[in-house]
Amino acid sequence: MSAVTHGVADPVRFHLAEEPHHPDGGSTMLGFWIYLMSDCLIFAILFASYGVIGGNYAAGPAPKDLFELPLVAVNTSFLLLSSITYGFAMLEMARNRQGATLAWLAVTGLFGLGFLSIELYEFAHLIAEGATPQRSGFLSAFFTLVGTHGLHVTFGTIWLVTLMVQVSRHGLIEANRRRLMCLSMFWHFLDVIWIGVFTFVYLLGVLR
Amino acid sequence: MTEPSIPISPIFGRLTLAALPLHEPILVVTFIAVALGGAAVVGALTYFRLWGYLWREWFTSVDHKKIGIMYMVLGLVMLLRGFSDALMMRLQQAIAFGGSDGYLPAHHYDQVFTAHGVIMIFFVAMPFVTGLMNYVVPLQIGARDVSFPFLNNFSFWMTTAGAIIVMMSLFIGEFAQTGWLAFPPLSGLGASPYVGVDYYIWALQVAGVGTTLSGINLVCTIIKMRAPGMSLMKMPVFTWTSLCTNILIVASFPVLTAVLALLGLDRYVGTNFFTNDFGGNPMMYVNLIWIWGHPEVYILILPLFGVFSEVTATFSGKKLFGYTSMVYATVVITILSYLVWLHHFFTMGSGASVNSFFGITTMIISIPTGAKIFNWLFTMYRGRIRFELPMMWTVAFMLTFVIGGMTGVLLAVPPADFVLHNSLFLIAHFHNVIIGGVLFGLFAAIAYWWPKAFGFKLDPFWGHVSFWCWVVGFWFAFAPLYVLGLMGVTRRMRVFDDPSLQIWFVIAAFGAVLIACGIAAFLIQIAVSILRRDSLRDETGDPWGGRTLEWATSSPPPDYNFAFTPVIHDNDAWADMKKRGYERPLTGFRPIHMPANTGTGVILSGLSIGLAFGLIWYIWWLAGLSFLGILAVSIAHTFNYHRDFHIPADEVSRTEAERTARLAAGVPA
Amino acid sequence: MSAATTHEANQGGRHDHPGHGEHANHGHDEPAHGTLGSYLWGFGLSVLLTAIPFALVMADTGLSARLVGFLIVALAAVQVVVHMIFFLHMNPRSEGGWTALALVFTLIVVVITLSGTLWVMYHLNANMMPVHSMSDGL
Repeated sequence: MSAVTHGVADPVRFHLAEEPHHPDGGSTMLGFWIYLMSDCLIFAILFASYGVIGGNYAAGPAPKDLFELPLVAVNTSFLLLSSITYGFAMLEMARNRQGATLAWLAVTGLFGLGFLSIELYEFAHLIAEGATPQRSGFLSAFFTLVGTHGLHVTFGTIWLVTLMVQVSRHGLIEANRRRLMCLSMFWHFLDVIWIGVFTFVYLLGVLR
Repeated sequence: MTEPSIPISPIFGRLTLAALPLHEPILVVTFIAVALGGAAVVGALTYFRLWGYLWREWFTSVDHKKIGIMYMVLGLVMLLRGFSDALMMRLQQAIAFGGSDGYLPAHHYDQVFTAHGVIMIFFVAMPFVTGLMNYVVPLQIGARDVSFPFLNNFSFWMTTAGAIIVMMSLFIGEFAQTGWLAFPPLSGLGASPYVGVDYYIWALQVAGVGTTLSGINLVCTIIKMRAPGMSLMKMPVFTWTSLCTNILIVASFPVLTAVLALLGLDRYVGTNFFTNDFGGNPMMYVNLIWIWGHPEVYILILPLFGVFSEVTATFSGKKLFGYTSMVYATVVITILSYLVWLHHFFTMGSGASVNSFFGITTMIISIPTGAKIFNWLFTMYRGRIRFELPMMWTVAFMLTFVIGGMTGVLLAVPPADFVLHNSLFLIAHFHNVIIGGVLFGLFAAIAYWWPKAFGFKLDPFWGHVSFWCWVVGFWFAFAPLYVLGLMGVTRRMRVFDDPSLQIWFVIAAFGAVLIACGIAAFLIQIAVSILRRDSLRDETGDPWGGRTLEWATSSPPPDYNFAFTPVIHDNDAWADMKKRGYERPLTGFRPIHMPANTGTGVILSGLSIGLAFGLIWYIWWLAGLSFLGILAVSIAHTFNYHRDFHIPADEVSRTEAERTARLAAGVPA
Repeated sequence: MSAATTHEANQGGRHDHPGHGEHANHGHDEPAHGTLGSYLWGFGLSVLLTAIPFALVMADTGLSARLVGFLIVALAAVQVVVHMIFFLHMNPRSEGGWTALALVFTLIVVVITLSGTLWVMYHLNANMMPVHSMSDGL
């Protein structure tokens, strides 16, 4: 600082002559990342409440009686596969191949739908057995945590379809690329949350 | 008030004519007054054909300055509501002695103290603070707008929607009777079966969306949009405190959202998170909501610490003392604010180890705060202090806040807290820091930046009247509560047995009346200033001898803020520019890229009100339709790729030439 | 802003804080895309890190439940890191380090929230629950 203050002869500039080029949506990726961080805290609270009351069965069923790990394994693989197929879509996008991008997005969406169907099946099955969200603190926390993740996947899928329409209408323009990258972060973020879910809820639950 | 088991109609849900409080004279009179006032405003707007102007220039605006002003207006309107609740409580407590029941029935009184807390925190302090940051931060960092201008407009309207939902509860149904944090099991379906708690939940959820998004927006703005040369350690202190505040918002409001969602599930679905049976745990609610609640306190006060820093430096005519330590203190407070939440429930029974940990962290947090006070004092030391209105508020803040802080440290000692918990001592403490810190700071900020926003100063006479009424009124209103608290009087009481206590409540009520005069004087000050605007006019754009970048541009600033993007060399950028003989550029203007206005935010906020109303009253079709509407409008909005335009270069030239002419005409010497 | 103008701006003062200078110099900082290789590596590792914990729990390994629990939590932690690096393309430099900083801050808050809640609630349960209700159901 001091170097400038004394250098009177030095012509100090106080403004830019040209309008700086702020790339459109230059803050979008960072903004979306910060949003994801805030979403992460919502999940943290859901995990915390599961941690606190997840053992309160109220003389009702326990994880051991309810969870079917093969089903969870299938579901996990669906989500994992959808992550890699989304990655392929992003690679195609980088190579500017619209058709292939859309195709991989469609595959991703199908895996997402598969995941949701299995989750709904699991929920329906539990409820039919009498293990409803109202049954115990454990089940309330379980349905809420897993259901919130499922809701995120649902919105991700709706968003995915919207983006597919937009890409097919306007092509892989800058704005659409940015949106696809945001959804990519969202999708992979949900996969990270799912790691927590299958580890802490399902696997540790069955161990307990 | 609790109407048990009303049949739920498929069309109106549980909404019946009985929901209108026609049997409560106070509410009927209020409603008539509000209706007449509202009709007068609507009539005037229609008569003067202002609707189109308001819609085009304000409601749909994405200009951070206009949104900031709208936030301030929202805060001011809600301050009147929140303060009338306070007056009602003071009156009730002053007269409900010796067998008298006062004038408020219990269910009404309980709603009043709940609404007072909710409104003052969420719909007065938050809009004021957010509006201030919205207005000032982009100007201080030399940006044209925030990172996401549409989101900014949307956030404002979601906050407004939350306020509207709270206001609706006054005349349709009831508000929560649970206290401002709605602890279960009292807020559960068993103890509060009617709509009050549902109003509470949905008002805060809707407003919370706005707050969180605006937090993300401002964090991004500060990180990404700073003018070239403005490194982190050259940011003005207000921008620094805003950054920390918004980080706190982003990292704590999701907690509130999640906790209220769980409470909502308990009420709507019948889950067992916070119930007393089937494995629920009400203590978990208290624990979780305070994880949000304590950072919230710092969300409110940190921006005002920034305001005091700007004001002290400007009116002492000096660089801020200890800029670096100020920044570090702010960052330390940001992190520490996550480590103290348990001091809000020492008495819930966590045991010695937990209580001592949180007691000690709480005491530690007073260290950086104390450092800040010393920095301000040392800035004033040997400065040429001008006791203009903002500086007076700052001095009043320092005197008041230090005492509030010290009573806070007393409460941080767990054994002392066992005596004082839930007493009026606590009430006096947090009003001491919130009024003495947040509100005094807001008045300082309004007096300080008003000329920037409107081009003329506020009238000093009425400002002084307001100032003295507020400061003296504050001590009359809350010093008695310290005394009463030490005598063991608990909060939220409606009637009292011990007649010896009455005099203290009468004094407190007198204080509240003085504060009412302060608010009235503030409103008069605004009106008088607008009428006398020509004699209060400031053409320079820099009426106080400011030090930061916002004073470099005209007052009010043009839509684009700065004709050329400024380059920063010093953390008092404008003081530096003045010192080195900065010349305003007069030629070479370029077209400026700006975001375009949109009405989507208003529409989404309206639909959110519909969704909330449907959910509150079990009008499922309305909730469903509104939800689908929100989804459809949001998706449709993403199909609009043309959200910007350019201000042509000759328009910029014209605007700047006008300013040159004004400056030439107004230059005194 | 373009690199040239930033350079001009910095000529005046001493060189600015690296965080800001960095963002200023990347006019269009495109986030990393990853390559086919990195995606496949990430996928392979994730499959492995998912399959092992499932196998540990589903197959009868004879290990103590405590050890298995410890192992699967550790594997989950590793898998989270794998996803962060290979799928979310986290690195300490993107967006001038702000994404990494945001992540670290969030992790701190998450750890405080989770561990604090469990600690506090454990104490509250121990101190405030009627002695019988914990074990004998209702």
